[in-house]
Amino acid sequence: MKSTMAPPAYTLNHPRWYRKRVSTYWWLERWEYLRFVLREISSVFVAYFVVLMLMQILAVSRGPAAYDKFQNLLRNPLVIALNIVSFLFVVFHSITWFNLSARAMVVRIGGKRVPGFLISGPNFVAWLVISAVIAWFLVRG
Amino acid sequence: MEASPHKLRLEPLLWILFSAGGVVAAFLIPVHLLVQGIVFPLGLAKAPDYATIAAFVTHPLVRLYLFVLCSVPLFHAAHRIRYTLYDGLQIKHLNEVIAVCCYGGAVVGTLFAGFLLWSIH
Repeated sequence: MKSTMAPPAYTLNHPRWYRKRVSTYWWLERWEYLRFVLREISSVFVAYFVVLMLMQILAVSRGPAAYDKFQNLLRNPLVIALNIVSFLFVVFHSITWFNLSARAMVVRIGGKRVPGFLISGPNFVAWLVISAVIAWFLVRG
Repeated sequence: MEASPHKLRLEPLLWILFSAGGVVAAFLIPVHLLVQGIVFPLGLAKAPDYATIAAFVTHPLVRLYLFVLCSVPLFHAAHRIRYTLYDGLQIKHLNEVIAVCCYGGAVVGTLFAGFLLWSIH
């Protein structure tokens, strides 16, 4: 059986035809949004830490005088303040990252989903243990 | 935006580096920042002297550790900064420029870290 009717004319959906304008400051509208953006901004402080670390290694490679100079820079109150802010941000990153691991990993035992805290919990314990070991190495030298 | 075959090959690698960097940053960075950036400068504990540090840094395992610490978190940060600029501030027209700057910066940082830790003695 052959139809003589013309096929219906399809028009492709074009998303640009209707798009609600989103404010540039959408992330200030709700605490959840702001928290998300703060979590993302923590990465700026991660990058800052790497720069600080590389500067320190560079100072060590240049000898005792350069190393002392860098230690003096670290004692600058502004640098200490920046480091405190950075520390709070990276701790926020760690907490959100470990909590996220429970959502990203779905583990089932006997057909039942393992609750999130059993996945993120060991991460927090490992974090504390690793931190203690590193702190011991750093302080003991 | 159209997904080109080239992008499809690169995206998983960037995602793996983002994820690995996130793990490394979450486990290792807070304690380093606390001890080296706050506790030592405030004099709450005595920072090791130059000779100790210099001997420590040249150990092969420490070099490797520091290389990991100073490389993958850069890709993590690059990825997040890229998408924060993209979604947060809606700078979408500069997508390519931002991506090149972010990942390029991470590559430069990684090469510098590798060179530094390789040549230190």
